[in-house]
Amino acid sequence: MFTTSKRLRALVATGAIGTTMALVLAGCGARASDDTAGAGSSAAASCVDTSGDTIKLGFLNSLTGGMAISEKTVSNVLHMAADEINTSGGILGKKIQYVQEDGATDWPTFAEKTEKLLTQDCVGAIFGGWTSSSRKAVKPVVEKLNGLFFYPVQYEGLEASPNIYYTGATTNQQIIPAMDFLASKGVKTLFLAGSDYVFPRTANAIIKLYAAKLGIKIVGEEYVPLDKDDWTSQVAKIVAAKPDFIFNTINGSSNVGFIKAYYDAGLTPAKTPIISVSIAEEEAPAMGHAVTGNYASWNYFQSLKTDTNPKFIQSWKAYPNSSGVTSDPMEAAYISLYLYKELVEAAGSFDVNAVNAAAKSKTITFDAPEGKVSLNGTNHHISKPGHIGQINANNQFDIVWASDKFIEPDPYLEGYDWFPADIRKQLAGAAG
Amino acid sequence: MTKLKPWISLSGIGMFAVVLLAVAPLVLTDHWLTNLGKYCCWAIAAVGIGLAWGRGGMLVMGQGVFFALGAYAMAMHLTLETAGDRVPGFMVLYDPLAPLPAFWEPFRSAGFTLLAIVLLPVIAAGILGYALFKRRVKGAYFAILTQALAVALATLISSTIRETGGDTGLSDFKLFFGFVLNDPANKVMVYLIAAGLLIVCLLAVWQFYRSRFGELLVATRDAEERVRFLGYDPANIKLVAFVVSALMASIGGAMFVPIVGIITPAEIGAAASILMIAGVAFGGRASLFGPALGAMAVGWGQSSLGSTWPDGWTYILGLLFVVVILLLPNGLSSLPARFTGWTRRSPAEQPAPAFDAAELEEVRS
Repeated sequence: MFTTSKRLRALVATGAIGTTMALVLAGCGARASDDTAGAGSSAAASCVDTSGDTIKLGFLNSLTGGMAISEKTVSNVLHMAADEINTSGGILGKKIQYVQEDGATDWPTFAEKTEKLLTQDCVGAIFGGWTSSSRKAVKPVVEKLNGLFFYPVQYEGLEASPNIYYTGATTNQQIIPAMDFLASKGVKTLFLAGSDYVFPRTANAIIKLYAAKLGIKIVGEEYVPLDKDDWTSQVAKIVAAKPDFIFNTINGSSNVGFIKAYYDAGLTPAKTPIISVSIAEEEAPAMGHAVTGNYASWNYFQSLKTDTNPKFIQSWKAYPNSSGVTSDPMEAAYISLYLYKELVEAAGSFDVNAVNAAAKSKTITFDAPEGKVSLNGTNHHISKPGHIGQINANNQFDIVWASDKFIEPDPYLEGYDWFPADIRKQLAGAAG
Repeated sequence: MTKLKPWISLSGIGMFAVVLLAVAPLVLTDHWLTNLGKYCCWAIAAVGIGLAWGRGGMLVMGQGVFFALGAYAMAMHLTLETAGDRVPGFMVLYDPLAPLPAFWEPFRSAGFTLLAIVLLPVIAAGILGYALFKRRVKGAYFAILTQALAVALATLISSTIRETGGDTGLSDFKLFFGFVLNDPANKVMVYLIAAGLLIVCLLAVWQFYRSRFGELLVATRDAEERVRFLGYDPANIKLVAFVVSALMASIGGAMFVPIVGIITPAEIGAAASILMIAGVAFGGRASLFGPALGAMAVGWGQSSLGSTWPDGWTYILGLLFVVVILLLPNGLSSLPARFTGWTRRSPAEQPAPAFDAAELEEVRS
């Protein structure tokens, strides 16, 4: 209404020319019908430089933002493992030269930095991530560029990427042992409390399926966003529901608010105990005595008596900027770097395809602080012992339950008949 | 009213186009080209903010809302394209047996998606702007309201995990309107579309600023009451600028998705919306190139400085922001004029302070 039609025409014309030019310039890319959509097939050749006496590796952890409190420890223990490996001769005789990147608790940043590490820094593999959201942001990038990502935290399972190695527990190594423990204690009613994101939502979906099989009744289910600490109204619902046990899948600092609300509402471990899957030695001190007496399900505890654990604890306590306590996720991160070393040396090469082939054809094991773990070359997870610990007054865990042997990883729960086959089929083929 | 000669601005846009469309794809690595594409998306939104805030005086602190409309419309289409006949994987995780939510269905169609990217922000900004401007809501009230909307939308998306992917967002897109996204040639194409759209947006605001509408907009910004006395309705003038800026934010959001490969509520919430404003203020909100260049500079700083100095980068950004506001209220693009005086700035490029005393007085009363 304000412009003359002549000006408008000129404007439309320029715009059209610009867009057409852009389209024409690049109209040579592959289309869906060209059948090149397979993972990694169209990736550029790897630029990893193995000619010198060093190998570059990428560490990708949130050093800033909400997850920094947990992920800085993972970053630090990766540095310690790299120093240890370098002192003992490196990987295939090459010293590790690491590139540390900040994921900034922002999932697109994780994707951006993964691409940078693989294409600019040309690293052999990337180690890090914590939340499932960060892993889901990294996954398409490593699959596209045919890189390697080592993920050190327990998670919800139902995933097995050819480009990711999972050194934390999958569902049947943490959630299912926790449910078995509850069943053995005669628990009849259970309340689910979790952070509102992919891990707790999925874990609880699995818990509900298994609970039905075990005859445990779910009497409530509440979620609070990751960055919110106020659990008062949700805990009031727990008080009203009077469950035998609370299954806690809350992550990060939100746990502090939850435990505070739990204590303020007069709930006690004697009558309404909590079993957590994200409270470890690192987090427990922040919650004070209110958390004492409650339970956690992990594979590794600092109190674990194995041949390798004392040395690990000692090295960590002596390491600069260490938190002084060891915990499951950092132990899994420690495993991840050694597992990569074992894989590369079994393959005799840093090449991703050679590493994946070695994982399939050879037996890869590592004497971890939690015991001797072995890699499943098909699903890229490791075997782990299941443990339930009870928090004592020193914020350490007294082990009250242990699986009778190491639990083989089963991310798609194929060995469990209560998990519907059609869901498994849908998930295995689904994207997004 | 003095003005920059048209050929100066036009040749500037031309040079910008040559650098973005021809030089950048030749000299930059894949990684930096992708990053530049991302900055272009923020720059497209920033051009719109320049129009609404720099020329129109409306401090739009919630452009993340419109960025989200475009981004999620595009992301839903790409997710469905990748999933084919199946329900997207993340939905299966939470409720395996439920069907696709009804509001997702139309986004299977490419045409509907493109239409939605254009029409959704126009309708949303149209209704919102009409309601606000007709009631003469402005200044701090307007800014806070838009900001609150961005917070509300980010919270809504975070809490509807099965419908929108929640905090994890939508990612893992394999196809872009039939093109395989992994193919390097197609990545260049997606980049060129974003860069081309940025040039188109620059041309559009250049045309706006030259037109009578542009003059009316500046007049409304500087003396709304006088414009009203002259017989124009300031509400309509502001509404047009607001709707156009919303449309640009939506286009930026839509292109952000195939370039970055993921969209999450954190990219559209309060902090993200403020970062968009910061780039615009940094570059010079009322100038033609300032908003776009400022947004790109902030984006670049985030990728490169944030990488070498993760703890310090936000402090640098904050410090720069304070210094620029104190010493160069019209942004970095006013720097050449300040020192040399060889370009004569038009009054349109010298906006009043974001909140002047008179306006605050008005707010109080």
